[in-house]
Amino acid sequence: MTIEEYPRIYLYRRIVQAKLHIDKYYAEKLDLDNISDEAHFSKFHFIRLFKSVYGTTPHRYLTKVRIDTAQDLLKQGKTVSEVCLSVGYDSVSTFSGLFSKSVGKTPAEYSNNYKQRKQDIEAKPALFVPQCYAYMHGWTENSNIEEVKL
Amino acid sequence: MITKMTITNIHVIDQDSAYDFYINKLGFKLVDDIPMGPNTRWLTVSPPEQADLQLVLFPVTVSKMFPEEVAEKLIDLIKRGIFGCGVLTCNDIYATYEELKAKGVEFIKAPTQEFYGTEALFKDDSGNYFSLQPINNFDK
Repeated sequence: MTIEEYPRIYLYRRIVQAKLHIDKYYAEKLDLDNISDEAHFSKFHFIRLFKSVYGTTPHRYLTKVRIDTAQDLLKQGKTVSEVCLSVGYDSVSTFSGLFSKSVGKTPAEYSNNYKQRKQDIEAKPALFVPQCYAYMHGWTENSNIEEVKL
Repeated sequence: MITKMTITNIHVIDQDSAYDFYINKLGFKLVDDIPMGPNTRWLTVSPPEQADLQLVLFPVTVSKMFPEEVAEKLIDLIKRGIFGCGVLTCNDIYATYEELKAKGVEFIKAPTQEFYGTEALFKDDSGNYFSLQPINNFDK
């Protein structure tokens, strides 16, 4: 059986489009009604199909996308309140609670940990690259790896 | 006693292009991106749900490891699609196939029912290929 024959191909394509819609518009006021409308499903049929394909509900997936994106934005040096608004939350306390539950650290702790790691890498990049790789790739020969700065 | 694989290589032709492919198309997570001198960096990514495995997107550039003649041959073999880099698993192969295709990933084999389960094959931006299989193929 090849792709052109697989069962329920059009259902799959609509569910995937809904997932990509969440990936693209996570920062907006998305709710299940407009996501299921986008996929041309009734709300409950949509939730059931989405869960069968992705193993999680659309709402939980939306939260995951927002928290994953928040981690990337915090790494870029944005403030917690900037990140909160950028990923679609109005309330910093709601955002911080969801972030902590998912990541195991508050947004501020996550940001500080990342800044410290970045400083450590800048100071001693060799500590973060296995020496066998650096040696075989000539990174230790052509320059002093420990002096390489970001 | 060996317990885990922690770091493995994928030889790539262009690290900027590989970054875009693995992060933006496959959805892998960036672990480290450390400049290591001119035109090369320590660039590692992890599969979305496997943070303890780093894939080094290792550039094929002339070096102690790759003298010029070797680098040229290796690049040629990668571009010709000689190297398979492993099996990537997903919850639902049809949905994953549709999503990756929508993002422009080139498949060399659509999901096909084989005796060992359903499998698709796709290429990365350099020419390396991967098998894509649903996780339940391994519930045997």
